[in-house]
Amino acid sequence: MTKNKKISSHRISSEDFDQLKDISGVNVYACYQCGNCSSACPAVEFMDIPPHQVIRMVQLGFIDELVKSETPWICAACITCTVKCPRGVDIARVMEGLRQLVLRSDFEHGNLCEIDEKLRKKLPQIALIANFRKTIL
Amino acid sequence: MQLSYYPGCTLKTNAKNFEKSALAVLKHLGVSVDELADWYCCGVCFSQTQDNLMQQIAPVRTLVKAKESGNQQLLALCAMCYNTLKRSIEFIKDDAEKLQTIHQFMDLETTQFYGNEVDVVDILTLIKQIGLEKLKKSIVKTEFGLKIASYYGCMLLRPKELAIDSADDPVIMEEILASAGCENVYFPFRTECCGSYQIVNEPDIVKDRAKKIVGSAIKNGADLMVMLCPLCYFNLDEVQKDIQKEDKSFQTIPVLYITQVLALLMGLKPDIHDFSLHSIDPRPVLKMKGLL
Repeated sequence: MTKNKKISSHRISSEDFDQLKDISGVNVYACYQCGNCSSACPAVEFMDIPPHQVIRMVQLGFIDELVKSETPWICAACITCTVKCPRGVDIARVMEGLRQLVLRSDFEHGNLCEIDEKLRKKLPQIALIANFRKTIL
Repeated sequence: MQLSYYPGCTLKTNAKNFEKSALAVLKHLGVSVDELADWYCCGVCFSQTQDNLMQQIAPVRTLVKAKESGNQQLLALCAMCYNTLKRSIEFIKDDAEKLQTIHQFMDLETTQFYGNEVDVVDILTLIKQIGLEKLKKSIVKTEFGLKIASYYGCMLLRPKELAIDSADDPVIMEEILASAGCENVYFPFRTECCGSYQIVNEPDIVKDRAKKIVGSAIKNGADLMVMLCPLCYFNLDEVQKDIQKEDKSFQTIPVLYITQVLALLMGLKPDIHDFSLHSIDPRPVLKMKGLL
């Protein structure tokens, strides 16, 4: 698993809370921590912070920790969390916002050279393009 | 019925069998589609950012071409394209400021686009529009006892605003297959994500998903799985071989596009199916059931 080690806390500070809100347009304060998102997420077992905790951490301004987390990069934007949320919080948009915070600080999460060559030759274009859209600005 | 058709990238390469079978089925049902004279990549994944309009330009350019074609309906066969185009319309329509900014970035397009001129439609909804009775009459092969597990994936059901059916318990594929005389197999993972583009960087996630989804379909007695998304198709077809290498006890199941099954039931020429594109060969099952 590619660890996002190069990012340091001084590059993305908690002031980025406002930027995250601008990018995602989500009111995270509507969340009352029921955990529906985390129970519905098909990839939660691969995440280091489950989705409902991500939202709680955004509420509390722990953006530094979140941009270093693997969770936004495990999320495949399947939108299950958003559909299940009883409070209408678009969790998938928050994940996109977190990815964008990292990518917009001149940082790429994906590395083309790391893709297994055998796999790359077989992959349909949509897999590659979708991946680039989410991991490279 | 006349409508425009947007193929998107993968239907011209990895998913040729989807394009060929879908167009043949529609032709058989009396629908003619015109492929857009000029089209661009839709961007595959809808950008969920509120502040970056650049990512909407690709889908909007295609939508402008669709408007110029003169047909109100635009058929998107690929589920990812359907989702991206449809969400793009939802995002920009009735928003004069966003529309103006996007138009300023488009030099070649002279037609003004407002967002409500083009209606993006998927093939399942289109088949229902044509009529299930008409579909029933077009079927020539009956009495074959094929048990099919329909897998919806994400992009046709989520978010709710563009869902083609209930996001929790969709039945549109089952309705179509039942009209065509197939036996439906319901399995719990039919609306769950296959892992999507994580196949590129995190293939283990996709393997885990595929194992659960495919395993559940097999346990419920399916002969084969059908779907509409070329990425789900790759993740569930190709990855089965990799899972089997690691786990010898893992059973495989052929994966087809729903239109391939419909084409077979309509008795259309088998050469449109490109069975060589399948990783798990569906021919033994299809022959056993008398469809080939």
